[in-house]
Amino acid sequence: MVDVTHGGPTSGASTGVAPGFEIGELDLYHPKSWVTKYVFSQDAKVIAIQYGLTAMAIGLVALVLSWLMRMQLAFPGLLPFIDADHYYQFITMHGMIMVVYLLTALFLGGFGNYLIPLMLGARDMMFPYLNMLSYWIYLLAVLVLAAGFFVPGGPTGAGWTLYPPQAILGNTPGHQWGIIVMLVSLMLFIIGFTMGGLNYVVTVLQGRTRGMTLMRMPLTIWGIFTATVMALLAFPALFVGAVMMLFDRLLGTSFFMPAIVEMGEQTAYGGGSPILFQHLFWFFGHPEVYIVALPAFGIVSDLISTHARKNIFGYRMMVWAIVGIGALSFVVWAHHMYVSGMNPGFGFFFATTTLIIAIPTALKVYNWVLTLWRGDIHFTLPMLFALGFIVTFLNGGLTGLFLGNVVVDVPLSDTMFVVAHFHMVMGVAPILVIFGAIYHWYPKITGRMLDTTLGKIHFWVTFLGAYLIFFPMHYLGLLGVPRRYFEMGETAFVPPSAATLNVFITITALVVGAAQMLFLFNLAWSLRHGREAGGNPWRATTLEWQTPETPPAHGNWGAERPTVYRWAYDYSVPGAAEDFLPQNQPGPDPVVPGHAIAEGAR
Amino acid sequence: MSIILLFLAAIVAVVFAWLWRHGILAKPWLEVGVAGGYPVTDPSAARVAKVALGVFLAVIGSLFALTVSAYLMRASLGDWQAVRTPGILWVNTGVLALSSLALETARLAARRGDMAGVRAGVLAGGATAMLFLVGQLIAWRQLNAEGYYLASNPANAFFYLITALHGVHVLGGLAGLGRVTWRMEQGAGVARLRLGVDLCAIYWHALLLIWLVLLGLLTNWVGDFVAICRQLLT
Repeated sequence: MVDVTHGGPTSGASTGVAPGFEIGELDLYHPKSWVTKYVFSQDAKVIAIQYGLTAMAIGLVALVLSWLMRMQLAFPGLLPFIDADHYYQFITMHGMIMVVYLLTALFLGGFGNYLIPLMLGARDMMFPYLNMLSYWIYLLAVLVLAAGFFVPGGPTGAGWTLYPPQAILGNTPGHQWGIIVMLVSLMLFIIGFTMGGLNYVVTVLQGRTRGMTLMRMPLTIWGIFTATVMALLAFPALFVGAVMMLFDRLLGTSFFMPAIVEMGEQTAYGGGSPILFQHLFWFFGHPEVYIVALPAFGIVSDLISTHARKNIFGYRMMVWAIVGIGALSFVVWAHHMYVSGMNPGFGFFFATTTLIIAIPTALKVYNWVLTLWRGDIHFTLPMLFALGFIVTFLNGGLTGLFLGNVVVDVPLSDTMFVVAHFHMVMGVAPILVIFGAIYHWYPKITGRMLDTTLGKIHFWVTFLGAYLIFFPMHYLGLLGVPRRYFEMGETAFVPPSAATLNVFITITALVVGAAQMLFLFNLAWSLRHGREAGGNPWRATTLEWQTPETPPAHGNWGAERPTVYRWAYDYSVPGAAEDFLPQNQPGPDPVVPGHAIAEGAR
Repeated sequence: MSIILLFLAAIVAVVFAWLWRHGILAKPWLEVGVAGGYPVTDPSAARVAKVALGVFLAVIGSLFALTVSAYLMRASLGDWQAVRTPGILWVNTGVLALSSLALETARLAARRGDMAGVRAGVLAGGATAMLFLVGQLIAWRQLNAEGYYLASNPANAFFYLITALHGVHVLGGLAGLGRVTWRMEQGAGVARLRLGVDLCAIYWHALLLIWLVLLGLLTNWVGDFVAICRQLLT
């Protein structure tokens, strides 16, 4: 072990304790009323909760939409109000809400806001006012999106990918107002996110407390930080695409609209390139997968390490893998476009990059498993969800290898196999992490534990249920059942058993959806009746668990910000008073070689 | 999409250099103590604001690199009919360069503590930026009068889109500069204005640089350059 304390006035080498914090402090805004404390709050913790609650609220809409879609697929005609138009509208809104307004917002706006300042020892985000604006613009984006249900013609039914020319043409549901509302909402979301994202990045760059070097940051922060950088660079693609499509729809330009006949009549459009939209969309769309996945990777690393009482295996490799995946994810976008008619040479290139990105991803999976190896595994709720994530992500990733190869993808394209794949890898897997993270950090946010029995029921129903839903869906895809079909009718190559399977999937989906109500009940019930958590119920090392108060007060740290003396994974430390050493703890004496190295770190 | 990939490659290079400087090869599990040897974070308002502006400019850079990529991708198709570049664009370019220069003089004056210089630079910078926007509107009117309507063909649409996107960013800059001007008029001293002027000057230089690239694109110089590069590579 190396003592890296240097001389000078900031040194604590002789005593092992550094003197007080001597560099500049952020000017905090101190709320003067209930409204500025809880509504128009500039405190990142409150903003995080606002993001979380809004994302969950709109997520519930997406859940109900998925139920309605499943009802149509299993019992066509049972709910007479679901016609083809509504079905496509439900698909579109479900997809867009889940990917953008729930997952992205919850990981970056929710967990990012709560954890970045606390885990880095900062008092708040660097630009609290901008941070507040970010949330309110996000809320506006959500409301505009939801307004799509009430405008003439309803929301757009173009599919979450919003491909032109279909998205604009007259026969597509929501072509009147729905598509406009969707594009405006996305643009608002991106503007709001950019405000928040700037905050997250600058806080990581400039807001870290003394001793918190980059390589001492918990992997949660690495994941959120890298994902934010990616989002800041990728969202402009969606923004440009949205602006251009809005021009096409409102001003009659032809960025994406080719010369085309609509309902028997030649339209005024001409010369646009639909493929151009696909390139822009997927230039955002594929990094988006990792914008959701990287925070999940980071969080799950911390959950596993904490609840297995073992330092994370290969921390440096984990950091490099996160950064490497972030960079590589920008050169794989066209694997979503193998059937778009693009140059086959590109297909080879993008298949290769897609397979290359599997290397750092697999490395992370190995490191999680090796962290668990001979760990003191506690099957707490966060650990259960983390384990569920690893298995699910692995499953989803393996089917991704099929779809990443051109020759396999072409026959599977636009089948239920694709739906099953992306639901496993970027639907179920990150949502399991969100649940795990909420069970893990709820005690810090509220001061109370969530009910374990309810949580375990929630976990097993969700985890097993997700497999019962999506495993059979792969099989449907292999049979050739297409995605985005309102009804199959008489189709020779699809056996009747597919309909039976659809019924089974739907019933399971209804049960799994209902189990989420149990989770919401637990959140509300435990707020008042949950067991008192104390400051650090998981005996975790990271800074957010070392705050003087729980829940942390405004400014987080009382009179003085903490000083960091070690990395975030000193668990099962031989000779330590407890089996862990918090990041802000100077001892044990670092000059004794090997004295304070956590189990497995040697 | 080659332009955006080149832009991202540059960003990746900067990021990796930065990570290297911050000890991406460190072995934190072997280190205890207040780590020295790595750059210390500096939460001073000036440093934080400049870093934030740098990140924001990267976002804007990505937006324009994507727009340029889309333009070149569409322009490479056979039926592309480029817009005749209005002559006033050259005048506008000069005006924007003057605006940038004025803000640079304001920045230098702020460093010297010369309030009169700051005032002159800020006011001149703002006025010329507004003149640039008026000039861009005149360019639109000229094109419109000549029959280059927005919806006539994709090249026209791209011209209007690109100039509008850039104009909106100039407007945003003017909002920031307006705030600095308002503070100046309220009697703020040079010390309070220095950071705002500094940020505005950097932003203006970036917008000038972006505009020069866009101008090259609209006059087809960038397209020719890319075609030559392609030919060399193939």
